[in-house]
Amino acid sequence: LPAQDQPAGKPVTAVVQKIEIQKLRQGDNLILGFSIGGGIDQDPGQNPFSEDKSDKGIYVTRITPGGPAEVADLRVGDKIMQVNGWDMTVVTHDQARKKLTKKKEEVVRLLITRKSLEEAVKHSKGCHPRQ
Amino acid sequence: RETRAPCPRRPAVKAVWTRICSYGGLFYCCWCLKRKTSKRGGGGAGAPEATVEPGSFLPSGSPAAGSQDDNWGETTTAVTGTSEHSLSQEDIVRITKDLEDSVGLDCRRYVTRTIAVILGLLVFLTPLAFLVLPHILWPEKLQSCGTACEGLYISVAFKLLILLLAVWALFFRPARAGLPRVFVFRVLLAVLVFLFVVSYWLFYSVRILDSQDDNYQGIVQYAVSLVDALLFIHYLAVVLLELRQLQPCFSVCVTRSSDGETRHYNLGQLSIQRAALAIIEHYYCDFPIHNPALLSASKSRAAKHLAGLKVYNVDGPGNNAAAGMAQSQSRAMIAAAARRRDTSHNELYYEEAEHERRVRKRRARLVVAVEEAFTHIKRMQEEEPKKAPGDVMDPREAAQAIFPSMARALQKYLRTTKQQHCHSMESIQQHLAFCITNNMTPKAFLESYLTPGPTLQYGKDHWLGRRWTLISEASVTNGLKDGSVFVLKCVDFSLVVTAKKIPYIQMSEEYIDPKSHKFVLRLQSETSV
Repeated sequence: LPAQDQPAGKPVTAVVQKIEIQKLRQGDNLILGFSIGGGIDQDPGQNPFSEDKSDKGIYVTRITPGGPAEVADLRVGDKIMQVNGWDMTVVTHDQARKKLTKKKEEVVRLLITRKSLEEAVKHSKGCHPRQ
Repeated sequence: RETRAPCPRRPAVKAVWTRICSYGGLFYCCWCLKRKTSKRGGGGAGAPEATVEPGSFLPSGSPAAGSQDDNWGETTTAVTGTSEHSLSQEDIVRITKDLEDSVGLDCRRYVTRTIAVILGLLVFLTPLAFLVLPHILWPEKLQSCGTACEGLYISVAFKLLILLLAVWALFFRPARAGLPRVFVFRVLLAVLVFLFVVSYWLFYSVRILDSQDDNYQGIVQYAVSLVDALLFIHYLAVVLLELRQLQPCFSVCVTRSSDGETRHYNLGQLSIQRAALAIIEHYYCDFPIHNPALLSASKSRAAKHLAGLKVYNVDGPGNNAAAGMAQSQSRAMIAAAARRRDTSHNELYYEEAEHERRVRKRRARLVVAVEEAFTHIKRMQEEEPKKAPGDVMDPREAAQAIFPSMARALQKYLRTTKQQHCHSMESIQQHLAFCITNNMTPKAFLESYLTPGPTLQYGKDHWLGRRWTLISEASVTNGLKDGSVFVLKCVDFSLVVTAKKIPYIQMSEEYIDPKSHKFVLRLQSETSV
């Protein structure tokens, strides 16, 4: 379906982590050093990293070793929720790419979520009752 | 032992025999004549071998020929010496009067007609003769004919009628053209028919006339079998003459030598002369008219190239042969021309651009003038109150009334595009009247002047009276082959024809189940950022 005909996303609650990546200049390009997959125009069943196979969000599929993303502690399988304030949960693949590769920005601030974060929060909630 | 009394009917049999032999001899003579003249260079067999009995040889052009007006039409195509026409019958007759070898032409056409008439008579009268002769010669010995026999009478009658109609349909058509050589298939068919009928006659004379067979039903069945076989021969004629060349086998490329116009056609298995005829007929419909005025520009450029250099012979006279001098001269000219900085390409470019602009301007003026002219007249409706007779015009008068307002623009346009010799005032007015009668728009009227049309579109004097010569290395009665080349020469230009065989096409099938059309979204694309 085209982007404007996609059904509206359901409200999402997630534990997120902020990651700031400095873009690396390579020749004429600014690269971040990772690959993304997913999007509302893609097939969510193919996503190996998502828990819910109908999740059409943007996921990190590969990290270039030694690149800026690895340095900033981004991991494979992370779901990107926001890029520099732009929402990434209901975007097409190409829109996501564009938001990440703006030539004028040298820094991208991502909000990502991963399963281990949820586990950690649950674990801390469970182990350390609220005081 | 039975001695045979001299039979009073022997002389009648002898008369039949002499008739057969004279026909045979006549046909054979004519066939030999044709063969002799169709051989290349004219040599070949000497005088035709006469197998006739002296005293019964009918001269060719027999009185029977001219007075007949039917039967078998042209079984062999008319021959015209070295020229090839694609005209109707009357025009051939009119033009062949001007040919120098018209005497030879008429003679051959008469010979053809004679043969056709004789064969036709032979074919149609033979079954009837078979049926009637026993009644004349030995009526009292004949068994009476039962109902089966009468049924066969009806069948003979209808089959002869069908044969008559079929022969009329296939052979009784006005000749489209005069080809240089005889049509081989027709000659073969004529020979086949003749031999066939002669053999039937031989059998009939020997077994039935001589022995005076009294089984009339057998004789009637014999006649029916003859008519059946003739119908089958006619079927063979249809297949050989009409059906065989329908399946396309060759792709021919026809190029006009004067300006390079090229067209491609598909032809079946034809002899070279028949292929040439088909190509000429296509030429008149497809190729734009040959306009010599358009070629003058390139000719003048060529002349300028040659005239630009003068060659001086500094080695003095008494040099080698003239050929050697000419060769060295031309080589010197070529070398000089290559070195010289030629600006003629520049002139050509600017001249063409300028011409294009001029043509477009004139065309715009013409279109506007014609559209305005067409608004001056309208078709009178029936319901309108009757106008005075002076106001009501027929198409010709209407055309003459509006023509002056567009005449100047049209003439200027035709001059610019060098077409003015193709259209006369009279033809333009006729065309205008035609367009008005048929409710055509101004654009439809102009279409025939804005683009050069095929030759047929112009007046008869442009394409009538064209003589074509077929120039070919292979004999023109040979079939087309892959790579055959021949040239059709006309007075002003020639058409160069190349034939290529259509390759054998191997097709295989692939079955697709309609339920197999299923789609999924694409795999996750991955983009590196």
